[in-house]
Amino acid sequence: MLTETIETVPIRSSEDIVRVRQKVRFQAGAMGMSLIDQTKFITAASEIARNTFEYGGGGELVMETLRDGARRGLRLTFLDEGPGIADIEQAMRDHFTTGGGLGLGLGGAKRLVNEFDIESRPGEGTRISLIRWK
Amino acid sequence: MDKIPILKVGKCLLVTIQIDMHDRLAMALQDDLTNAIVTSRAKGVLIDVSALEIVDSFIGRMLSNIASASRVLDAVTIVVGMRPHVAITLVELGVQLSGIQTARNVDKGLETISRLIEQSESTDAYGDD
Amino acid sequence: MPANFDALANAIEQSEKDLLSRWIAALTAVGATRSGQTSDKDLKDACGRFLKELRRALQNGASEDIASEQWQDARDVLEEISAARALRGYSPVETALFVFSLKEPLFDLLRQTLAREKHMADVLVASGALLDRLGLFTTEVYQKSREEVIKRQQDELLELSTPVIQLWDKILALPLIGTLDSARTQIVMENLLQTIVDAGAEIAIIDITGVPAVDTLVAQHLIKTVAAARLMGADCIISGIRPQIAQTIVHLGLDLQVVSKATMADALSLALKKTGQKVERLAARG
Repeated sequence: MLTETIETVPIRSSEDIVRVRQKVRFQAGAMGMSLIDQTKFITAASEIARNTFEYGGGGELVMETLRDGARRGLRLTFLDEGPGIADIEQAMRDHFTTGGGLGLGLGGAKRLVNEFDIESRPGEGTRISLIRWK
Repeated sequence: MDKIPILKVGKCLLVTIQIDMHDRLAMALQDDLTNAIVTSRAKGVLIDVSALEIVDSFIGRMLSNIASASRVLDAVTIVVGMRPHVAITLVELGVQLSGIQTARNVDKGLETISRLIEQSESTDAYGDD
Repeated sequence: MPANFDALANAIEQSEKDLLSRWIAALTAVGATRSGQTSDKDLKDACGRFLKELRRALQNGASEDIASEQWQDARDVLEEISAARALRGYSPVETALFVFSLKEPLFDLLRQTLAREKHMADVLVASGALLDRLGLFTTEVYQKSREEVIKRQQDELLELSTPVIQLWDKILALPLIGTLDSARTQIVMENLLQTIVDAGAEIAIIDITGVPAVDTLVAQHLIKTVAAARLMGADCIISGIRPQIAQTIVHLGLDLQVVSKATMADALSLALKKTGQKVERLAARG
């Protein structure tokens, strides 16, 4: 599988979450994803970016294009050095929330992408990657 | 900071969201609308989301909160013009927006809202008897 | 190894024309031209191009690794030929024979030109192995092209099989027929919702009379469609739930939370009522 980094987007404010949505929209559109796939991917990115900002204390998004044979895709990796998640299984469950949200962020985002991967250790931060194939 | 304008049309407050809102802006809209219901004595709130390309769980929660707050303040909330890809994504995300009235477009929304206002007023009148 | 291919390259260069006509004769003999499906001219053209690229690759010192850079042009020619054959409905065997038919004339040629050489056997073995690889490459491309054809046909079928009908003013109907899988249901859903917008519809009737079975996944898709339509301000009615399906739904413990009617006619009459419309019998006809 070939990967190519397109750019890194800082996530330090709630305006940055909007910027993440715009950057993802641009890349997904350039790749020729259908409107519905674009919308699902942007929404998932928005959920995770908010997670990075609110619970991770800010971080960054690394955007990469993927090529696997004839398949092309987009990978978004969200990194933060925040408190981390102690119980990932619990955090993935719908309606679980430590903030005041609907608690659909992680689990909901997972349903909107083709591949979802999360790594986190308490005190060491969180790394979440999302892939959507075209 | 930008602000989302709130218009008063008859007994109704009309809001058209035309930009990709950041979270603080969405919170501000929620506050502004709740205040406006009280100050303008509105009976209905119509939110046009036809220009929105995405609605994530945060915006979804904002819509639910507005609906709940306005219900407490004796006003009905209706969300109009949601686009198909946005609706599918919201459902997939797990956001149901239960308790919110919906309509295809602003016209239909105003029609529904005036019917609902009439209904609630007539039950009130009945209660006064 | 390159020494063996040098001998092969020289042999091809010396009698390229002769080899070409014998190859075409061999192809015609085994029926790989499919009696007229590929014209003589096209066949001659394809064979000529491949032979040229084969010779050039060998002259450029290509190894037996046909995935390498030097084989690029030869691979391109083979890819084009295999893809064309896949589209025209050739069998994999017929496609592979394109390269394999070259063996006999080529070996004859090598036997003649290298009759007195000690390494003739080595050259023959190396050439045979090379042609085997190239032949297998054509079947691989053939396979891929067929998969693309199948994929495209599936997509077309998906679009064909989900018509959304404007039944009345503001009322749409979606008669579902056949087995619903995830991919199909998703397209049905998107199609229906887009048509609701385009037609300015308020009510959509999803008729599942023609659906043989409903499992948990399909039921969930239906529920999602109804939920999404509701978010857009449109209502859905499900009609034609057959007794077995009703039992399955109960058995699966699913709560459809949807307005349902036994028949499309019942659903239409409810839809008319909800949209404030009425159909009446003309009095004079009684």
